Amino acid sequence: MNQYDKASSRLVPYPSGALVPERDLHAMPVLEARHLGIDFGGLTAVDDFSVTVGATEIAGLIGPNGAGKTTVFNLLTNVYQPTRGNIMLNGYSTAGKSTHQVSKMGIARTFQNIRLFSNMSVLDNVKVGMHNHINENLLAAAFHGFGYGKAEKAAADSAMELLDFFHLADLAKAPAGSLPYGAQRRLEIVRALASQPRLLLLDEPAAGMNPSETHELMENIRRIRDTFHIAIMLIEHDMSLVMGICEGICVLNYGRIIAKGSPEDIKSNPVVIEAYLGKQGG
Amino acid sequence: MIHFLQTLISGLSLGSIYALIALGYTMVYGIAKMLNFAHGDIIMVGAYAAIVAVFQMKLPGLVAVLAAVLVCTVLGVTVEFLAYKPLRQSPPLTVLITAIGVSYFLQNIALLIFGSEQMASPVIMKLPALVIGGVQIDGITWGTLAVTCIIMLGLTLFINKTKMGKAMRAVSEDKGAAELMGISVNKTITITFAIGSALAAIASIFYGSAYVYIRPTTGAMPGIKAFTAAVFGGIGSIPGAMLGGILLGVIEQFAKAYISTLWSDAIVFGVLVVVLIVKPTGLLGKKISEKV
Amino acid sequence: MEKKNTFKTALKRLTTKKNPLTVAMVAVLYAVIAYLVYSGSASRQLSNMLISVSCYIVLAVSLNLVVGLLGELSLGHASFMSVGLFTGCQLALTLHNAIPGMPFWVRLPLAMLFGGIMAAAVGFVVGLPALRLKGDYLAIVTLACGEIIKSIITNLKIFGGALGLSTGPIYSNTKTLLPYAIVLVFLTMLLMMNLKKSRYGRAIMAVRDNRIAAESCGVNVTYFKLVVFMIAAFFAGAAGALYGHNFANIKATTFDYNMSIEILVIVVLGGMGSVRGSIIAAIVLRALPEMLREFSDYRMLVYSIVLIAIMLLNASPRFNELRGRLTVKNIIAVLKKKKTPVEETVEVTAGGEK
Repeated sequence: MNQYDKASSRLVPYPSGALVPERDLHAMPVLEARHLGIDFGGLTAVDDFSVTVGATEIAGLIGPNGAGKTTVFNLLTNVYQPTRGNIMLNGYSTAGKSTHQVSKMGIARTFQNIRLFSNMSVLDNVKVGMHNHINENLLAAAFHGFGYGKAEKAAADSAMELLDFFHLADLAKAPAGSLPYGAQRRLEIVRALASQPRLLLLDEPAAGMNPSETHELMENIRRIRDTFHIAIMLIEHDMSLVMGICEGICVLNYGRIIAKGSPEDIKSNPVVIEAYLGKQGG
Repeated sequence: MIHFLQTLISGLSLGSIYALIALGYTMVYGIAKMLNFAHGDIIMVGAYAAIVAVFQMKLPGLVAVLAAVLVCTVLGVTVEFLAYKPLRQSPPLTVLITAIGVSYFLQNIALLIFGSEQMASPVIMKLPALVIGGVQIDGITWGTLAVTCIIMLGLTLFINKTKMGKAMRAVSEDKGAAELMGISVNKTITITFAIGSALAAIASIFYGSAYVYIRPTTGAMPGIKAFTAAVFGGIGSIPGAMLGGILLGVIEQFAKAYISTLWSDAIVFGVLVVVLIVKPTGLLGKKISEKV
Repeated sequence: MEKKNTFKTALKRLTTKKNPLTVAMVAVLYAVIAYLVYSGSASRQLSNMLISVSCYIVLAVSLNLVVGLLGELSLGHASFMSVGLFTGCQLALTLHNAIPGMPFWVRLPLAMLFGGIMAAAVGFVVGLPALRLKGDYLAIVTLACGEIIKSIITNLKIFGGALGLSTGPIYSNTKTLLPYAIVLVFLTMLLMMNLKKSRYGRAIMAVRDNRIAAESCGVNVTYFKLVVFMIAAFFAGAAGALYGHNFANIKATTFDYNMSIEILVIVVLGGMGSVRGSIIAAIVLRALPEMLREFSDYRMLVYSIVLIAIMLLNASPRFNELRGRLTVKNIIAVLKKKKTPVEETVEVTAGGEK
């Protein structure tokens, strides 16, 4: 019996009113953002953004181009410091933290325009992802002693395991920049997973993929959640992927949330249809 | 008070020399995206050209200036063609090292031809000193100021009003788009080097008049100062280079007059560091924000 | 007991496991040199430049950490050496006067350590702007910092002012200094090679390749940038203290941006991030000009032409294709072919600019 079956995905409200899958109701939500907002020189990019993501939820963030989706990811990872509102990760506030500190608090992400360490090997990319889980100080690094061997061995083993999970193990020694596009996208996910996050943010993971690759990606995303028991939030334009795997969906337009709910709710929501297609004639 | 005004005016004069050189740095940077480290040595070549023209060929002053401008312009364009053009697609560091190589080359050629002994440069502008309200201004000083003001005005008009100027701005904005619009990027870069070198030649005449003695390494220090001025004002920005150059000259003269000659360089560079830390792209530089 | 064991394995690894070819190369080289020096058959010219070349190796390898691994352009590396030289040598002079009986093998390492630490402290300060600036802006700031440091040292009485520091009392000849130079070169080389293959090195390279992604992976960019500047400055400073012992008088104006550029050229020619390349380039670029002293009028000219030619050749696709075919079998044939384009470029450049 799969603990992540259809029935457990039904959205139910927390006492606060935020919706999460039923199975996550008794766990602490991995992410709680309240009234987030950011202005760029007088221009409000995102305003009053509130979202709750359950501990093992696959959540979707959709909206037309320029709606502010990536900006939300940048706010959640503190690449941009929010002008208003607050973020709780696993119950801890991320206010005033820098990006690398937020990463240690259990959030990892991929990027819309792939950002790999292209001159480094695939394996080293994953090891950078493990940065804060390798027990190796400056002395060990400089002298290759004091536990260096053990730490490196452990890191290499778990990195290879992760790479194998995404069929990248054969390419471990290749420079990341030389990988084909699809493999680069997968490597970005592996690198993000290597930091052992509780919440994985995927920014347009299916961009540039054909339907069969998209289907494989969908399976992979589900497999990540089922294997690592973590929450995933993704930005995507491919509606078949979003509707196929997301449990809770949040629709953004002009920096504001215009709808929230299950795929069924979103599909039939007239406000969403209007945002995507424009007002129907008349 | 008089001392203050005199310092200010000599600062403006020195600053306008820096500004002329800085314009060369900044225009080349804006358009070719490279640090032309050899630009300072063009000044040295211009100064030697003036010496040869006046003392050996016995040419009249104005013709000597034209000769220096011609020599520097041809040199600048030649260097660009031979050394920088093949490196358009190379990483910036490769181009930087090449420019350093060119700088060494020019210095050592000059060393072979003229020797390491310093040579006196000719006084080309013989202007009477002005006395305004008790402040005495040397002929060189106000002459430098006046000529650089005219040149900067002309350059600003050229950049903003002429077709070539617009092409230069377009190339510095976006090389690819400019090329698609039918602008010849190579030609634009060549013209930029020509203008930058011509300005350096004029700067060399003023520099020679003010500091008199020229040696093969003469170009290095004003070159570095002008480079600093260009960065100070925001490298790639033409008004920035003018502002940066003039401010740098004024700061340097005030530091020399009121604090200490020994510390003046440290103060100039210190101001640069502080300004860049507060405003990382210089005074008038465009803010670069990285899209995530 | 356990501690001792880990230390032993550390030492073992330090000397054997990584990059054996580079280590072997340097070891053989120094063995030959040491034999020549101590048997007395080394020429005066050779022994005169040994300490200087060794210091340049240390400088180049440490600058490579900043330029090659971190990817930041630094034009002020010579000033770190200068800081280490003046503070280290001043300490040595003070110790020499205060405790006349102090053995040399205690005093020199102390001076090098002190010089290194002082340089690292300055490196920390110079590294601070690197947190906000990048590319050409950072390059000019490091250059400016170098010039400021030069001015400060020149104007401080404790370092002899404009006349320079008289290091006569602590002057030592090559024979005395060589063992320390060898230890310093090996230490720098091994540490840099080890660092590259560690969590630290990976984090530094990640910052170079993509700062934002590195930060998202939990890499503290501020910390690593500062650490890199400090480590590089430390070794430059230690080399400086050693360098100073080989002269009777030393002026701060020697360590200006021209020297920083010289080190940068070594790093770029040797190959970004390559320890072995830096070592070879440092030896070739420092030793060749010394040997060409008879042609002193032309040697800098030749140097500049070679520099330009190498850069142009590296960028030319035809040459790279040629180099791609460089196998042991074809090596002689390729070398013959390579010569023609070099000379052509040189002639064109020289003819056009005269």
